[in-house]
Amino acid sequence: MSNKWEATPFKSPTARVSGLGSSHAGVHHWMMQKITALANIPLVLWAIWSAMTLAGAGASYDIVRGFFAQPVNAILMLLFLLSTFYHAALGLQVVIEDYVHCEKMKMLSLIAVKLALFALCVASVFSVLKLAL
Amino acid sequence: MSTKPVNRPLSPHLQVWKWTFTMALSILHRASGIALVAGMLMLVWMLVAAASSEMAYECFLNFSKSIVGQVMLFGWTGALYYHLCSGVRHLLMDAGYLLTIPQADKAGKIIFIVAIAMTLATWGVLKSTNGGM
Repeated sequence: MSNKWEATPFKSPTARVSGLGSSHAGVHHWMMQKITALANIPLVLWAIWSAMTLAGAGASYDIVRGFFAQPVNAILMLLFLLSTFYHAALGLQVVIEDYVHCEKMKMLSLIAVKLALFALCVASVFSVLKLAL
Repeated sequence: MSTKPVNRPLSPHLQVWKWTFTMALSILHRASGIALVAGMLMLVWMLVAAASSEMAYECFLNFSKSIVGQVMLFGWTGALYYHLCSGVRHLLMDAGYLLTIPQADKAGKIIFIVAIAMTLATWGVLKSTNGGM
């Protein structure tokens, strides 16, 4: 599909980029940071309250297993893990982009952090599922 | 030719500047975020240990009850409450509130008071419900 103005060299800079590439995705990182932040508010409060309840009961092996055997607790824990790890990956990415100026080191640390967080997230999600099922 | 000095705004001086309260708020938000990622390692450890074996979980539990573990958990709680309160301020600023300097200073003070109060309240409850934890 092409418009008449696309065939001419007299395109404005806006016309050249609108509908292409980052003009769609530019705010995605920021938006996801904010959406996960919003989701984190109730999830973090629930996690603290749960941790306090568990610690108050002695946090023994059986108590913790019994806690995650409840579907509601397992589901909320999974939501907490996914939302916070996503939020953390976005946040650490910005920190690295701001402070690591060597292009090679920046790329390497970005990849290392993303892979490490993904691995930690998978490990904790699998653990919750194993405790719950 | 006129010799009258022109009253243009000065460019920001890069080496001589005054530390402001809002700058401390900003960098602490980032620092607490990084600290929270480190703290997530402890949560991952707990979940993987609980899913692995009772012995592995006991190992985690003993560490979390030790002085080092308790200090880490206390610091993590403080960082969490600060990041939470400061994050709420950021969401409010995104929505167009608290944008003037007096409002930012006032919000910052509230953030500090609430974060410290919630940290102390959490640990007060923890210590009173279970002296050993």
